[in-house]
Amino acid sequence: MMEFISQTWPWYVSGTIIASILFFLLWFGKEFGTSAVTRVLVAIFGGGKFSDFFDFPWKTQIWNLMFVFGAAIGGYLTMQFIAPEPHFAQISEATVNTLNESYGFNLTYGEVPLLPEFYQSWESVLTLKGFIIVVIGGMLIGFGARYAGGCTSGMAISGISNFQLPSVVAVIGFFIGGLIMVNYILPFITNL
Amino acid sequence: MKHIKFILVGILFGVTMYMTEAVSWFRIFEMFKFQAFHMYGIIGTAIAIGIVVTWIFKSGKLNDINGNPVKINDKAKTWPRYIIGGIIFGLGWGLSGLCPGMVFILIGAGNPVFIIFMISILIGTFMYGVLRTKIPH
Repeated sequence: MMEFISQTWPWYVSGTIIASILFFLLWFGKEFGTSAVTRVLVAIFGGGKFSDFFDFPWKTQIWNLMFVFGAAIGGYLTMQFIAPEPHFAQISEATVNTLNESYGFNLTYGEVPLLPEFYQSWESVLTLKGFIIVVIGGMLIGFGARYAGGCTSGMAISGISNFQLPSVVAVIGFFIGGLIMVNYILPFITNL
Repeated sequence: MKHIKFILVGILFGVTMYMTEAVSWFRIFEMFKFQAFHMYGIIGTAIAIGIVVTWIFKSGKLNDINGNPVKINDKAKTWPRYIIGGIIFGLGWGLSGLCPGMVFILIGAGNPVFIIFMISILIGTFMYGVLRTKIPH
């Protein structure tokens, strides 16, 4: 049993579980949207003094803080009790070749770590590459998620499941941005 | 105590995303290179079943846990924010290979770099809040 759940979970299993999370949150009278938590956190840290965007009744959103707190516990429990050691990401051979040929990686197919080296220690933030990926990347994600009104969970999953055209437009935007980044900008950053 | 159910659902989310490798930068890269079906399968399955789930509540077949009808607000139909904001989010997603939910999971899994990552996300969120009235929506 343990060996079975320690393997990479197949897409149809995780997709079904995500839909069940959508079910539970709707049943609890809430909406699935993880990035909304960032607005709550900025409000808690006093952002309301600088922008009325953060001056809202955030206490009604404590349930979402509890949800991401649970997600963090889930990460801890997985790391401790479920994930294999060492944990390899089962990405395709084509992806390994692409990363080695054009993106400055030196990976072996079948032995790709779950996290790339720039995420394996906090000191990487002190390098130019790590700084761009962690700090600039984080800021783009935070800014863009609130500007677009949601991220992958709120827009792609909750929104499209509810046939919201704005969500479809936002997800097309996600892919335009992602494809521009991965194909035209990222090679210059990962080769730093 | 009423919050425990959200923590439990959050744990299910964290374990699942971790074990399906959605927390991996490499999986997001692979997705944007169209070199595997994995991430499309996850999101596609979630949406396909999600359509049924959403319909069950919207059509009133099932009320929420307190017996109240579930009301899901429609998204406002003003387009610039979804296009421009979506592209900015996508640039960050392609660069960092993580969406916001994954960062909480990885903080829990114990690497301090993701705390810096979360602070950066909050700075970006704050900048949006400050600039909100000056950018097109």
